Amino acid sequence: MRLEGQVRIPSGCAIAAVISREGRKMSGELITNAMKPMHDRSNGLGGGFAGYGIYPEYKDFYALHMFFDSRESRKECEAFLKERFEIVKSENIPTRKTPAITDEPIIWRYFVTPLKSVLESMQLDEKEFVARTVMKINTGMKNSFVFSSGKNMGTFKAVGFPEDVSEFYRLEEYEGYCWTAHGRYPTNTPGWWGGAHPFTLLDWSIVHNGEISSYDANRRFIEMFGYKCTLKTDTEVITYIMDYLIRVKGLTLDEAANVVAAPFWSTIDSMEDEEEKKKQIFLRTLFPSLLVTGPFSIVLGFSGGLMALNDRLKLRSMVVGEKDDKVFIASEEAAIRTMEPNAENVWAPAGGEAVIVHVKDGCY
Amino acid sequence: MVINAKNLDHKALNEKLRGLSGDITIEECCGQRFIAAGMSGCSITINGVPGNALGAYLNGADIIVNANAQDAVGDTMNEGRIIIHGNVGDATGYAMRGGKILVKGNAGYRAGIHMKEYKEKVPKMVIGGTAGSFLGEYQAGGIIVVLGLEPGGKNIVGSFPCTGMHGGKMFLRSDCKGVKFPSQVTARPATGEDMEEIRELLSEYCQIFGWDFEEVFNAAYTVVTPDSKNPYKQMYVHN
Repeated sequence: MRLEGQVRIPSGCAIAAVISREGRKMSGELITNAMKPMHDRSNGLGGGFAGYGIYPEYKDFYALHMFFDSRESRKECEAFLKERFEIVKSENIPTRKTPAITDEPIIWRYFVTPLKSVLESMQLDEKEFVARTVMKINTGMKNSFVFSSGKNMGTFKAVGFPEDVSEFYRLEEYEGYCWTAHGRYPTNTPGWWGGAHPFTLLDWSIVHNGEISSYDANRRFIEMFGYKCTLKTDTEVITYIMDYLIRVKGLTLDEAANVVAAPFWSTIDSMEDEEEKKKQIFLRTLFPSLLVTGPFSIVLGFSGGLMALNDRLKLRSMVVGEKDDKVFIASEEAAIRTMEPNAENVWAPAGGEAVIVHVKDGCY
Repeated sequence: MVINAKNLDHKALNEKLRGLSGDITIEECCGQRFIAAGMSGCSITINGVPGNALGAYLNGADIIVNANAQDAVGDTMNEGRIIIHGNVGDATGYAMRGGKILVKGNAGYRAGIHMKEYKEKVPKMVIGGTAGSFLGEYQAGGIIVVLGLEPGGKNIVGSFPCTGMHGGKMFLRSDCKGVKFPSQVTARPATGEDMEEIRELLSEYCQIFGWDFEEVFNAAYTVVTPDSKNPYKQMYVHN
């Protein structure tokens, strides 16, 4: 079979997300239903979900979700993991046989914590160590692939329509305070399990509708900092950009949004607030290679919140709605109405206008 | 005739619609695309949110939506009328070539993109609230009116209106101070003669949505038109 990067296919995609500002748990069924009216935005070549708050009993451990081609590759990878982590639990991710999902790899999860001695000898903080290990597995071990590596969160993805992927992974059995979802209609590349969204690193996850024309410029820049774009699909690079800007460089979410969906120079020129103007010039000057061009609407999930963002020309649709403690985001209002028929304040953010939602402190 | 759209996908729903005439009501609509595509000779009321490309290629039918609508309402419509008692998504009236779209609330990005006209076929769109960026992008004909009623603090139009406009006419119910238009178009206060062109349209609009006509009509409007037949001829090459 030809993999990502070897074939070009034209595109579509659907995204949706829901979050409770009070940290109230919702089963995966809610977000699954949101994807149903948007069925035709996907073509069955990829679907996926990210749930936050789903592993409360292991919340202090990194949950590594992995695909393996064979038992041998799993054994080899486990030996590698044991040298670096304490593995407190290792199990099959429960799945359900469904005719809509076929050719599944071996799907495993590990709850792990980095060995103190290894951290000390490498002089790395925990997150950096985990991120580097993920990169090492995904680039160095041919038949092993980490597709989720955060704490108290997890990604579930496959080749198939999103509602079938949810059934396959039994998502109705999980409960989270935030969910994001994606239905794929691959741009440029055929679908494979690793290439489905969300793309994650640590607790960052990205679902994306669009096609990034700046991919290669972004990739060349971000690979200078230890990230490796192994999937030959554009969305992956946004995840690493966000990790780099927010975790490594310490930018705020708003600032990171201003880097990837930077205002036009003409817009900056007409800004009246001098401080704001200075800041925008600074960000555009410092990170010109991280400007993401081409159409995108994305939802970035992280522990305790999410951020939705459109490209500055707004070449993809995105709608936001609210009801009580919940905020809903989707490519189409129909998806929001499916989750909450009485959603209020339904509105469409402007291009480049970040929508940031946080769960109350102490509630996640 | 009432059709319940629950559990019907866009294909099944449109198959049920095709060939019907008279008054039709669709209940529990939720995201089905292409509703009433190419239809004529009927009046369709939709309860719930219709999907993208509502009334694409519409050829004379009347559509009333009692909720918000999504993207590309009236894509390439030829004749008929679409009334939305809510907001519309992006690219409303995309490449529209005839008929009317009347929106109570706000429009997303790129409303009226590439609207066109030919002889007696002059499409018209009225947006009651505000319009997003790139309003009338590549507009080649027809009339776009934005009223800015209940703007809620937002500008009547977002950034980059009339980019690439080379035909048709735009009416904005505002003095448009602070709105930046491209150099290839002219924005000026509307004259009495300009206003006569939209008197009938606004009268119909006000009747449908319950606005006081005098209040809506007797206000300062800005008219935008392209500068000449071919304002972009030296944009890319000097020929």
